[in-house]
Amino acid sequence: MIVDAFYAAPALLILALGIYTTVVRDTFPATVGFLAYGLLLTVAWVQLHGVDVALTEAAIGGGLTGMLLVRASARLRPIEGQARAETPGLPLRLLAGLVAATVAGALALALLTLPDPAPTLAAEAVANIASTGVGNPITAVLMAYRAMDTLLEATVLLLALIGVWSLTPDRVWGGRPGPRYNADPDGILSFIARVLPPIGIIVGIYIFWVGADHPGGKFQAATIVAAMWLLTLMAGLADAPPIGRRLLRALLVAGPVVFIAVGVAGVPLAGTFLAYPEGWAKPMILVIEFALMPSLALTLGLILAGAPERGAQP
Amino acid sequence: MSGPTLFGLVACALVGVGLYGLIVNPQPLRKILAFNVVGSGVFLLFGVIARRGAAAGMGGDPVPQALLITGIVVAFSATALAITVLLRLFDETGSTTLAPEAPSPSANTGTSQG
Repeated sequence: MIVDAFYAAPALLILALGIYTTVVRDTFPATVGFLAYGLLLTVAWVQLHGVDVALTEAAIGGGLTGMLLVRASARLRPIEGQARAETPGLPLRLLAGLVAATVAGALALALLTLPDPAPTLAAEAVANIASTGVGNPITAVLMAYRAMDTLLEATVLLLALIGVWSLTPDRVWGGRPGPRYNADPDGILSFIARVLPPIGIIVGIYIFWVGADHPGGKFQAATIVAAMWLLTLMAGLADAPPIGRRLLRALLVAGPVVFIAVGVAGVPLAGTFLAYPEGWAKPMILVIEFALMPSLALTLGLILAGAPERGAQP
Repeated sequence: MSGPTLFGLVACALVGVGLYGLIVNPQPLRKILAFNVVGSGVFLLFGVIARRGAAAGMGGDPVPQALLITGIVVAFSATALAITVLLRLFDETGSTTLAPEAPSPSANTGTSQG
């Protein structure tokens, strides 16, 4: 039973880090472990021939989620000891272990008894790709075959931001998210925040553009652009906008609104919601993607920035 | 055993590990973290199933892979919302305990304000 080391090494490291983040005593190392765990999962995704998924995992699953967790753990550190006193006793832990082992075992059993050959839609996806005008079958699924999923996904992101904003205390409603950062203007953070964003923005636009034919796409690209923005915020080079600003809100909804408008236009032009008329698929996909990408970058950045904590004055 | 099957078994184990953490860890932030471990296990398992569907010159079935991208973004949205709720709870009450009788050392900050 010999497994290629390129599979075995990441698999075992992922499992070890997954266990570490769950059982380690302090929360801060657990969240840092989760960041490393996300990056290792990226390796697994590449091994599974899911390069698009690997990019998403690195950017959003590991990167953004990890950053949120690390920041929250730093903020909640003063009450760590209090929470630890509530750790359940041995009987409950044993029972939880039993439940977890049963679920994991049942899943493993299901995995090992999957039908062979596996059902697949790859052939259909490739057969109809010419009508979509894009070269990456995953982009074809996201933007043509199952464009509804992507529309709802963009909407969920916007709803999450509305949810985050709705947790604003009344006294700072309409104000700016997060603290005003004051980094040393000659320090390394300010230096990186000046040098990295031009490179990052170009990488982001590249990943956005090649997404049509190669692994990449708007979500991964929007994350990179949002990360560059957050970097300049944390270095104190820029300030987060007040959430009450009308232009900001218009930019946030512009992407989903264009997406819905193109979808509605499909009803008279192609017979159904989100259908593209013959020969017009690629231009319409581009219109949606160009409208969606800035909205997504802004939404992701503002979700990360969190609920407003101070007034609209800088 | 093939490489993808090994990843699949690791994914099953991760679901178990995360579930254990979700039940046992008393801190809500650790529960959110554990829930993300469960989620990544489910995603990885689905990725292995996508890999098994390799056909037509593709390394994996593109339909589940596209669904995974959507899933990861939605999981992030839910996590971000959960963490913001948690931090607001902390700001309001100075505690994030889920215990019915909060063992609060500073008694008058223990009750919720809304």
